[in-house]
Amino acid sequence: MAGWFSENGLLLGLALLDGLSYAALVFMVAVGLNLVFGVLRIVNVAHGSLFAIGAYTAASLGLFLSARGLPPAAGYAVLLLAAVLVGGVLGPVIERGVLRRVYGQEDVLQLLVTFALFMILEDVQKLIWGVQPLFHDAPMKFLGTVDVPFGEDVIPFTAYQIFVVPGVAVATLAGLAWFLRRTLTGRVIVAVTTDKEAATAMGIDAAKVTLLTFTFGAALAALGGALASPTTSLVPGVGAQTIVLSFAVVAIAGLGQIEGAALSALMIGMGRSIAVYFEPELEVVVPYLIMVAVLLVRPQGLFGVVETRRV
Amino acid sequence: MNRLVEPLLALAATALLVLAAWAVPWLKFVLTIALAKGLAVLGILLLLRAGQVSFGHSMFMALGAYTVAFLAPQVPEALLLLPLAVLFSAVAGLLIGLFVVRYRDIFFSMLNLALCMVFYSVLEKFYAITKGTDGIRVTPITIAGQEPGRETQEWLIFGLALVLAVGSGLLVRAYLASPMGRALAGIKTRETRLEFIGVPARRVLLFAYVLSAVMGGCGGALLAMTTRHVTPLLSYWTASGELVFILILGGAGSALGPFLGAAAYELVRVYAAALVADAWQMILGGVLLAVILFAPQGLWGIVAGRLRGRA
Amino acid sequence: MKGKDMGAPLLAARGLRLAFGGVKAADGIDLDVMPGEFLAIIGPNGAGKTTFINMATGYLRPQAGSIAYDGHSILGLAPRAIVRRGIARSFQLPQLFTEHTVLENAALAIAARTGLWSPLARLLRPGIRAEAMALLDRFGLGPLAGVRADALNEGARKLADIAMAVALQPRLLLMDEPTSGVATAEKMTVVETLVRVLRQAGVTAVFVEHDMEVVARFADRVAVWSQGRILALGPPEQVLADPVVRREVIGIEAGSGHA
Repeated sequence: MAGWFSENGLLLGLALLDGLSYAALVFMVAVGLNLVFGVLRIVNVAHGSLFAIGAYTAASLGLFLSARGLPPAAGYAVLLLAAVLVGGVLGPVIERGVLRRVYGQEDVLQLLVTFALFMILEDVQKLIWGVQPLFHDAPMKFLGTVDVPFGEDVIPFTAYQIFVVPGVAVATLAGLAWFLRRTLTGRVIVAVTTDKEAATAMGIDAAKVTLLTFTFGAALAALGGALASPTTSLVPGVGAQTIVLSFAVVAIAGLGQIEGAALSALMIGMGRSIAVYFEPELEVVVPYLIMVAVLLVRPQGLFGVVETRRV
Repeated sequence: MNRLVEPLLALAATALLVLAAWAVPWLKFVLTIALAKGLAVLGILLLLRAGQVSFGHSMFMALGAYTVAFLAPQVPEALLLLPLAVLFSAVAGLLIGLFVVRYRDIFFSMLNLALCMVFYSVLEKFYAITKGTDGIRVTPITIAGQEPGRETQEWLIFGLALVLAVGSGLLVRAYLASPMGRALAGIKTRETRLEFIGVPARRVLLFAYVLSAVMGGCGGALLAMTTRHVTPLLSYWTASGELVFILILGGAGSALGPFLGAAAYELVRVYAAALVADAWQMILGGVLLAVILFAPQGLWGIVAGRLRGRA
Repeated sequence: MKGKDMGAPLLAARGLRLAFGGVKAADGIDLDVMPGEFLAIIGPNGAGKTTFINMATGYLRPQAGSIAYDGHSILGLAPRAIVRRGIARSFQLPQLFTEHTVLENAALAIAARTGLWSPLARLLRPGIRAEAMALLDRFGLGPLAGVRADALNEGARKLADIAMAVALQPRLLLMDEPTSGVATAEKMTVVETLVRVLRQAGVTAVFVEHDMEVVARFADRVAVWSQGRILALGPPEQVLADPVVRREVIGIEAGSGHA
């Protein structure tokens, strides 16, 4: 073991650091997916496309503005701007224009509507940004690297991936927990999630809550994409990859679990990046294996509540 | 509706397909693929009767297709390869089914999706065996002893697909009207009551799952014999989504729906790809959206509505 | 047909305990159901009456105690296995296959009893159809045979629910509020029909009931439930006259205006 560690310790350290930042990104997408599912009872297959479009928008906007002399430090505001823009425009368009028409319909139709949106958004993305990789890493380069002590070694790693990405995720988690538990709007969202009928009967405007939640969820996915954009070159298909990973995160955590989603995102992120460094063959498969294993033992997910039916 | 209407319509559709394949030679290829996919979609229809949406059934199609690709050099005969594909998909369906029939709704969908992605990455990553993303070319095979000759071979595979489609359609119709088929539909509305009248709901669902896996495998085998090339993309989750898409497009109300849907889907795809090469997916997505919003019973629903109106 | 001199009980519950959080739904239930008898269970809502049925049919597992049917323990058996041994139940909220017709609901129960695993034979084949129609006719549901279950009114839904349980030809039938939801005017007719069907078939019945007139007329014995315990047990004329029962159970009943 000690021998293995001295040989592979550095690699493991890299994998863990990489996994942390990856987990943070997946969490941003999954938590929005979960929130939206809670209120709308729809698994939004197009949620990954919002991540992708958020990423592309951030990269394009960043390239455009930095070419016109935007100081690098303002690049972070651009990431946020991209998320607000994508969430604020696409969220209401999708919810008001499409999803609203299928509420109360059969589950399969609701699922398929979002699949249709996914197909459309994939091509919209290709039409706007083409199929050539897009890369804008200025926000990552700006902060440079830090030396992370790891055992007797030091691992130089980008500060952006160690501080900014996980930082935003942690802030999102804390902010969301506070928002849902302590604010009136948050309590209303929780009420609609728990029992839509009762909430509506109490005079809550479910339509408004739905719109708000979906837009917010969309913005979170777009923010995840925007944060990811400096770390990787963007290619078509990133939306399809992201969504299935977030499905895994949500299934592992259990539906409606916010903190649980953070933990399971960590499991998925770490698991995947350990695979990337040690058994690259398993990279794609690891998240699903974790999910299958968890559901074998806990059919409702790690933190899901078993629903008992009254007869 | 009269019990003879559907078989008569199936007969008319069969004649129409043969006529179309004869009149427009290139349609033969497209229609064979449509029949192959329709077969797999018919399997998904069974599960939908229980209210369960498999978002991973392309794995069984891929399994059938790779069975043909792997074994064609040793067993170069379609009438032997098909039963082998059936056997493998039945075994896989049983093993996977034993696991997934314990889950319902979103968890059922997501587990199937996860397993389909596991299979995808196995196909993609184990290059030594599967040739990875390059895929495998299917070596020439005989059909009922007939040596490969372009025109006859095409007709034979088309005929084989047609026979299998009609046969499975009749089988599914009988099964859905049987006690087991009606109990399957009971899972959708009142699963607990099934147990209280002494019906083992999970076993009822498992039977349907194995049946659907076999139909998927069969469809995949036909697909491989037609396209002569298999790639891991057959098992990517979007391929599974495509199958559910076809079911909704065609309509889940009849065993004819899947084939109606598959033919329409393949034709739209061919024309959309020819018309706008970059946005065919967007066009398909738009078609799907229109179907769900304006004809949620699918094409079969429109046909059935017309028939009822006339009667 | 009084229970006490009939020999061995058909169902014997001993010391059943089950608590949900702090609520004791069963707090030491001892009860013998004798072959052939009609036993009514009365008591306020939340007294644990449905919990008892749920435990006897395998839906809930007691935390302590034992349940024997026909001399054999059925503790820990799945609902399905218990049904096969001859215990059927109906539900307070009718549990019908809402997208099936009334005929299919009955037919499915019959097929479940006679043989399910025939994937190519039709459910509504002549034999099953005839038996199902006969059953529905006995419950006065014949004219509704072709109607989808979700289109029925509450009373018909209730009857169809009980018909499904009867279709299983049980030796013991547990009914959870069989007359709730049935219009007051029809109530007595419905119960009379039901009792006739069950007596003819020699079925032993346990039923939760809020209507004291129904209890007085049709029950051989009455068990009074209160806070997870059996407060009193005996012939209806005796139990219903008991001042404690009158004050604590029937009084509350009248005041609570059960729906």
